[in-house]
Amino acid sequence: MSDQQHHAELAPSFHAERRNLRAMGMWLFLGSEVMFFTAFFGAYIVARSASIEPINHPLDKVLGALNTVVLITSSLTMALAVAYSKRGDRKKTGLALLGTLALAAMFLVVKGFEYHAHFAEGVYPSSDIFHGFYFMLTGFHGLHVIGGMISLSILWYRNRRGDFDEHYCDPIEMTGLYWHFVDLVWIFLFPALYLL
Amino acid sequence: MSEAKIERVADFYHPEPTDFFRKYVWSYDHKVIAKQYLWTSFIFLILGGTLAMLLRWQIAYPNAPVPVLGSLLHGMFFFGADGSITPGGYLELATMHGLIMVFFVIIPLIVSAFGNFLIPLHIGARDVAFPLLNAVSYWLYLPAGLLIFASFFVDKGAAAAGWTAYPPLSDAAGASDPVLGMNMVLFALFLAGFSSILGGLNFLVTIVKLRAPGMTWSRLPLTTWAQFITAVFQVLATPMLAAVGAMLLFDRIAGTSFFIPTGLTINSELVANAGGGFPLLWQHIFWFYAHPAVYILILPSMGFASDILSAFSRKPVFGYRAMVISLASIMGLGFVVWGHHMFLSGMNPVMGMAFMISTVFIALPSGVKVFNWLGTLWGGSIRLQPPMLYALSFVSMFIVGGLSGIFMAASPVDIYIHDTYYIIAHFHYVVFGATLFSVFAATTYWFPKMFGREMNRKLSYLHWGLTFLFFNLAFFPMHFLGEAGHMRRLATSTGYEFLNPLAPWNEFITLSAFALGMSQLLFMYNFIYSVFAGKPAETNPWEASTLEWTIPNPVPVYNFKELPVVTRGPHEYSSPDTLPGDWLPQNAPANPSASAGH
Repeated sequence: MSDQQHHAELAPSFHAERRNLRAMGMWLFLGSEVMFFTAFFGAYIVARSASIEPINHPLDKVLGALNTVVLITSSLTMALAVAYSKRGDRKKTGLALLGTLALAAMFLVVKGFEYHAHFAEGVYPSSDIFHGFYFMLTGFHGLHVIGGMISLSILWYRNRRGDFDEHYCDPIEMTGLYWHFVDLVWIFLFPALYLL
Repeated sequence: MSEAKIERVADFYHPEPTDFFRKYVWSYDHKVIAKQYLWTSFIFLILGGTLAMLLRWQIAYPNAPVPVLGSLLHGMFFFGADGSITPGGYLELATMHGLIMVFFVIIPLIVSAFGNFLIPLHIGARDVAFPLLNAVSYWLYLPAGLLIFASFFVDKGAAAAGWTAYPPLSDAAGASDPVLGMNMVLFALFLAGFSSILGGLNFLVTIVKLRAPGMTWSRLPLTTWAQFITAVFQVLATPMLAAVGAMLLFDRIAGTSFFIPTGLTINSELVANAGGGFPLLWQHIFWFYAHPAVYILILPSMGFASDILSAFSRKPVFGYRAMVISLASIMGLGFVVWGHHMFLSGMNPVMGMAFMISTVFIALPSGVKVFNWLGTLWGGSIRLQPPMLYALSFVSMFIVGGLSGIFMAASPVDIYIHDTYYIIAHFHYVVFGATLFSVFAATTYWFPKMFGREMNRKLSYLHWGLTFLFFNLAFFPMHFLGEAGHMRRLATSTGYEFLNPLAPWNEFITLSAFALGMSQLLFMYNFIYSVFAGKPAETNPWEASTLEWTIPNPVPVYNFKELPVVTRGPHEYSSPDTLPGDWLPQNAPANPSASAGH
């Protein structure tokens, strides 16, 4: 039985209560995500503080900064999508979701150019320990971005279909929480990898 | 579902599906998912146990052909051409036995199977908070389990670097022979870890949000308290395993050097990786997960034992609050003791001292638990039925395993007994002696509610007696072997002169282990026979007071027709309120004298 079928039988008080359940579940999931990235950051800190040699082929700070701006802006559009959907404004919700999707795609394109430049220089994950961490951390972050984009596309479609109203828009809100987390990881990654 | 709109989450449930697929395969019902976990992990338990039997054969009769299996499968898997176990095959067996038992048997059994079945029933809910996620958890766990078994079939076999997979042995290409097997194992762990995180998250939200009216935190059965605290471990520690496993996979597939130091040579050849990594880093991150995982393996069992001991002593558990606080302190301390696995790893000895102190502190909450269990028994009218016997064995075996743990927590002692059979004895006393006995206790205790039938009590008594006897005969002498310096993970001990006098002990242990393995056939027979043809069980055969015993057999899909209103604690035995009987269900009206029939 899908959400869709049940939707008619569920009172607004049910949705309000289930939204709290889902929010708690999402926060716990993000807690476990924090631990996941903590292991990488911890290992990275150990490796960087033990290494005295300068980094060969340093990263492009400009592109990194650009991507930071792109991703923070996408957090804004995501927050707008959540706010519009809570007001039941389907049209603006759809636009904000599309905006978030476009910015996420832009982030990946910039990242793709960076990766391409590394490969052209002959820099691979196996080149040295710094680039190992660089490719692994940005790679896992990129996978999270792709996961978010899949979710955003489904939300855009469901919003268009009319699944959401002011009583029921938890999927948008939960994806919003997740998307801000993905943004936050990058806020840590950028200084740790590009600036230090 | 009635025509009125559903007002509250607690009133919602997925109606019983009619087609086979939705009923038994992709089910949203926590009771069905629990049984899926139960059957799968019991099958894995048999397979993992068979691996252990093969290990024991090789230790007692080095390089002798294995009877039956060896002649059937010679030249395949871990068997040599003559049907004996090859040295490499021995390491494969040891590695896979550990991995399968920890990640694919014990955790799914005590956490996922019993947690799924009991948590909603214990708190008076219709299902877990996220039924779909629950189904996803199981369907991540099953492929992970199949993948880890499939690794036996690939070229060069399964992982052989020990269940802890320490680099560089597990890491640099060529260092560990089974390239593909090890990768498959790491990926399987990643999947199983993800399943475990989703499961733990589901349990946490369920217990926090879906408790029935009146089910306060101080009225939760201790099983559910233990599951709650275990779930915190799962959500916060398991991602560490996923992360560190991913790093190892990167090293193996993408050629990074996270765990490979500069200038590492294997067979006097420099490895190709750039170097600059730290083998010790793996041990830190791995044990940061794996030590909490050790508590995932025991905390739910402590919960089962507490509730069962109370029900069969006809007394409330002694020191309910202390039981909860000790569970929570084991969890808190569990996150800061991982270094006690690493006293001999080259870690700074100052840290060894710190980890020794934090580890010894764990003896305090563990001691509180043991004394409270004894306090529960004290002066009770004890009913020595099968679940009680298993639970009593849990307590006694936990005492043996806990005490031997204190020896190893002390770094000066550990230097001598590290990586010997002493550690094998220690953790089998905890994981087999304590946890598996608690699984037997929980299975016999909750079987009537799970399957609506009773297990044969005479067979259970017999199984308990034989298992208790042969378990101790098999594992207690391992303490002596360890003190005599017998190393673990040793395919043949015949090459070491100082180990030769221990050969009779090894043979004795192996024969006891075989007898222990054979005794489990009794339980298997009893379980399978009783599922299909056991005597139909009453609603509450044990006269227990927790909520699951108030609902009829078989448990309806919505569990509770009307959500219960809880008025009293989980162990309502022999209090003046209960007169003239000696128990009351948790949802009995507040003033029993007012209710009819008394």
